[in-house]
Amino acid sequence: MTMTADERVADVGMARRLLIRPELGAVVGLVVVFVFFSAQSPVFRSPAGIANWLDPAATLGIMAVAVALLMIGGEFDLSAGVLTGTSGLILVTLATRFGFNVWLAMLAGLVVALAVGLANGLIVTRTRLPSFIVTLGTFLMLQGVNLGVTKAITGTVQVSGLRRAEGFEGASAVLAGTIEIGGTSFRIAILWWILVTAVATWVLMRSRAGNWIFAVGGNEQAARAVGVPAARTKIALFMTTAFAAWLVGSILALRYTSVQANIGIGQEFIYIIAAVIGGCLLTGGYGSAIGAAIGAVIFGMADKGIVFLGWDADWFKFFLGGMLLLATLANRLVRRYAEEVKH
Amino acid sequence: MILETRGIGKTFGSVLALRDVSMGVAAGQVTCVLGDNGAGKSTLIKILSGVHQHDAGSYLVDGQEVRLSSPRDALDRGIATVYQDLAMIPLMSVWRNFFLGSEPRKGLAFDVAKARRVAREELRAMGIDIRDVDQPVGTLSGGERQSVAIARAVHFGARVLILDEPTSALGVKQAGVVLRYIARARDRGLGVVFITHNPHHAYPVGDRFLLLNRGTSVGEYAKADITTQELTALMAGGAELEELAHELERE
Repeated sequence: MTMTADERVADVGMARRLLIRPELGAVVGLVVVFVFFSAQSPVFRSPAGIANWLDPAATLGIMAVAVALLMIGGEFDLSAGVLTGTSGLILVTLATRFGFNVWLAMLAGLVVALAVGLANGLIVTRTRLPSFIVTLGTFLMLQGVNLGVTKAITGTVQVSGLRRAEGFEGASAVLAGTIEIGGTSFRIAILWWILVTAVATWVLMRSRAGNWIFAVGGNEQAARAVGVPAARTKIALFMTTAFAAWLVGSILALRYTSVQANIGIGQEFIYIIAAVIGGCLLTGGYGSAIGAAIGAVIFGMADKGIVFLGWDADWFKFFLGGMLLLATLANRLVRRYAEEVKH
Repeated sequence: MILETRGIGKTFGSVLALRDVSMGVAAGQVTCVLGDNGAGKSTLIKILSGVHQHDAGSYLVDGQEVRLSSPRDALDRGIATVYQDLAMIPLMSVWRNFFLGSEPRKGLAFDVAKARRVAREELRAMGIDIRDVDQPVGTLSGGERQSVAIARAVHFGARVLILDEPTSALGVKQAGVVLRYIARARDRGLGVVFITHNPHHAYPVGDRFLLLNRGTSVGEYAKADITTQELTALMAGGAELEELAHELERE
């Protein structure tokens, strides 16, 4: 019965221990995809090329990381994509039609986004309805509001002209600017993405809240039984996703200075796919923020890499589906390993 | 006696779930509660652990009459209950589970190093043979999971441990492992209330035996006053067993 001389330690080798890291599949995918594209396109592996594919990875990554936390907590948010549009529309509309300072308009967008997240969280935790259905409802409602209100105010399906608004220069520099590294300009969104990933990883691995997130997603009843504030944890997760949607919505609005009323529709699934490629289980309780960020890089690489190779962009969808299938298969193995009971 | 009941009873509507049960557990002793399905075992432990309130008789903790308002209340008095379906998250590591809901803090952070170290030490102090505190609880066997839950209750200051059928879903070897930890908890000075329907599990580890049948006490015995055979016979109702044997005989 001693701990030191246990013959069973041998069969839990290094390989198996690595296997139960949620990010492993994503890292392998990352290497494969990078090698594949850079072998055929020198531009792809040049600094300019890297800056090019890191850009879509960054905005997607911010969302994927937040969605990953939510999924680890056992819930989905289908309204996250449209909410980026809502936040952007509020920003541009208030700044261009109602004379708001850009910063103030952003604050208003943040308040609305957090309110949507709070509403999602409250409905899900109070009613115990599946978040898939609840946020599908919010998704459709927001989609309607985005189009309806935009049409009512502008008569078209987009708002533009943010560049002329007061405070645009400063906000744009912080959220939509570029930084020069070795003669190549990188989007500042990449920094925000790295920051979001770092904070999310710290919360998940090194804070009490992180322990609670894993627990409410793994077994909510059991978590509640030992005193974990399950409802508060979930509501906070929905609001985190909403915050990320606001950040990304604002970044995109400031970058393009105009917002289409239908922006973000369909993106919610991309976030979920990136999180799953990063090792999140659809059933909750398992996953990683870094994994989701890597999942987003894979997306960015494939998105731009296909263009670099001169392929038809339609192949991107095929690639997406393939990655998703592979990732889910890998995750299933991990779960089976982690849950198998030894006798 | 840390914990004692005198003529305790509970009714649910018109159903007399439990009536006139007197039992007790002292520090460093194991009191076994035995009974077949429907004998009232779970009603009794739910009263002891604060889930239900009794409506007849009295419940004493440290000699003081109490009425527990909630499981939290029981826990605050040092009465911890380990249920059969344990509050554990299979995909989380042993140390994360160990401290779930009561994570040690270091500034704003969850003191991960301390959690790992304390979990390892506590398990080792209980003689629990966990290969690695980083492995997910789901990879542990049923007996090991029970043991971790027991160690957790001990670490968080339990004086009385109520174990709800900890061995019933286990094989012979695993049940033996759990019984060893029950003995270990007892040796550390805890009072243990061990609920089971298996006299062969109860007898080796128990100091006192409370037998329940159809919601009431059939008797409380000290170990010296009873043998395993008598325990088995009493539990199933000796007459019923004989009748069954007769019925099953070849004609």
